[in-house]
Amino acid sequence: MSANWRLNVAVLYPELLNLYGDRGNARALERRCQARGIDAEITPVVIGDHWSPDDTDIILVGGGQDREQRRVQSDLHRRGAALRDYIEDDGVVLAVCGGFQLFGQHYRGWDGEIMEGIAIFDAVAAHPGPSIQRCVGNVVAIWEGETVVGFENHGGRTYLNEGQQAFASVVSGFGNNGGDGLEGARRRNAFGTYLHGAVLPKNPRLADRLIALALQRRYGSDAPALSPLDDRAALRAHAEALRAAFSPAESAIGRRFA
Amino acid sequence: MRSLGSGGTALPGLVVERLHDGAAGALAGQLSATALITGTNGKTTSAAMLARILRADDRAVIHNRSGSNLMRGVTASLVEAASLLGTLPRRTTAVFEADEAALSAIAAAAPPSVAVFTNLMRDQLDRYGEIETIARRWTEALGGFPGDATLALNIDDPLIASLESQWSGSSVRYGIEDPDVPPAPEGEIMDAVWDPETQDEFRYTRRYFAQLGRWHTDAGARRPVPQVAADQIDNAEQGVSFTLRFPAGERTLSLPAEGLYSVYNALAAAAAATALGVPPDTICSALESHQAAFGRQEDLLVNQRRVRVLLGKNPSGLNQALRTLQAPGERHHLLILLNDGVADGVDVSWIWDVDWESQAPHCRSVVVGGDRAADMALRLEYAGFPAPRAEVTRDTGEALSRALSGVPEHEQLVILPTYTAMLEVRQRFGRMGASRLWDVA
Repeated sequence: MSANWRLNVAVLYPELLNLYGDRGNARALERRCQARGIDAEITPVVIGDHWSPDDTDIILVGGGQDREQRRVQSDLHRRGAALRDYIEDDGVVLAVCGGFQLFGQHYRGWDGEIMEGIAIFDAVAAHPGPSIQRCVGNVVAIWEGETVVGFENHGGRTYLNEGQQAFASVVSGFGNNGGDGLEGARRRNAFGTYLHGAVLPKNPRLADRLIALALQRRYGSDAPALSPLDDRAALRAHAEALRAAFSPAESAIGRRFA
Repeated sequence: MRSLGSGGTALPGLVVERLHDGAAGALAGQLSATALITGTNGKTTSAAMLARILRADDRAVIHNRSGSNLMRGVTASLVEAASLLGTLPRRTTAVFEADEAALSAIAAAAPPSVAVFTNLMRDQLDRYGEIETIARRWTEALGGFPGDATLALNIDDPLIASLESQWSGSSVRYGIEDPDVPPAPEGEIMDAVWDPETQDEFRYTRRYFAQLGRWHTDAGARRPVPQVAADQIDNAEQGVSFTLRFPAGERTLSLPAEGLYSVYNALAAAAAATALGVPPDTICSALESHQAAFGRQEDLLVNQRRVRVLLGKNPSGLNQALRTLQAPGERHHLLILLNDGVADGVDVSWIWDVDWESQAPHCRSVVVGGDRAADMALRLEYAGFPAPRAEVTRDTGEALSRALSGVPEHEQLVILPTYTAMLEVRQRFGRMGASRLWDVA
């Protein structure tokens, strides 16, 4: 069966929102698709591009510094309605860190300045002030009964409004705000998270979930099943990240979620 | 033969800093001149080069040692150099590497006669925060500099060039003028996409690496003309040779080090030395005899194997180090050590921003080690490297001996460690009786 399976992956603003190795996420999708005979076409989308999410299967958006997030804001808003339609139509999204914040309702900087998001997630983020410690460290969270690992580094704290589902629950680390034990947000097939690392290479089950959801949307019941891959290296990195999160050094500097 | 000492350099400073807060300031007051060197990459080598130039100019030099560039490292250097009565030799010049986040405190204790700014790049975000934070701290630090201080600025980095407009005193601009420098590969990581003040995008007629190159903006800002410049750069395996232009004329010289970043290090030292009044001939002969600091292109002989240690602590620095290993047909035995200590960066995601893909065809064999060996191995798998001969978490000694045992006698092992891994390697080599290659040659 040489049906030419194909997925279109769009990476939003890769020149600007690429702070924490987020390019690894596109590489993970590409590689895991190729290994199953699925063509993954990666399209970078930059400010001003004529691009619409119409023929897109997976959208990736990464983190940036505050100034970079401000920079993409108006271009992102121009695409806001199309992106909301895409998500209501079960389009797949992984939004990391700053990208996660931009996909929420708004972000309030420590100077009080409000940066409006595109309201995919019913969540608000606020920076408590330059003297308040950033949320930095290794994270372990539970997603659908399994561990997801990554690294977080964010000044802003995210709070989910009532009815907004979280992506995962925090075992170690801060997660959305260091208080409610929640990590990220999920709406239909859109995932928002503070985890970078990059997150997909060492969480292969999450990567495969994004691929499976996208295949299902494009091919329905004809979608191919994902064959298992040799994930030994990925799982060793996963185990190592678990060990790092629970190491004495990490708990000594108070990064553990109490 | 010289054996390698142990790692720690900040302890005396820590003690004295606690005992007497003003210790550094009181001693610094006796200096005849002070050079501070800050920036993301190139501090250690530029500072070592400058110290060598100043000694060649018959000055007594105090110099904080490799990597000990926080306040207490500076204090330690001053205290160690002082007599028991707390006096420094006459005509002493201090050369201090200043951690980019500690610049204000160091400048307050040791006011600079010349301050060198090498570059500003993404480095250990978990420790330093965003680039803008460092830029803001530098602006604050400039406010505390003595009015007669001279800035030595790498104007190929637009973020460094912009410091000139924030400084009312004098400055020496340095940069590369050679129009034939090969351009940076497409897609290489780059931080300063636009001017933080005017929001104008930086454009390049030629970009060398990261955001360094011949830049301009649509609004008409452009890279100024350097007063100390490198031209006609010829990069070879034995080293790099180039023409060094001074306001007073030009000289040709060869460095026993490779790569464009070695040229930048020499330019930084030459610009600072020029500001301190050292003549070009002294500068050039001192640079030509410069020996690398440990982990900065140093060549060693260990168990009959040649070993080269290249410190890799952030994407831009490591991309540049890797480029020195990628001559056509060249293939290496590699040992990559990735630690996640505070001094390394607790966040190891930066390895995804390093262009390992272009290194893969130049890899003969690889061993990975360090706290996050498995993360590194996964990254290399994605980059198309051969499967690691060994993956050794934590035990640096074990990783070293596994790596060395796989290298035939008289062949070379290239070690790419993060900072704390480099210190461990140095300690191990000290015990194994490693010697510097040029001392036995």
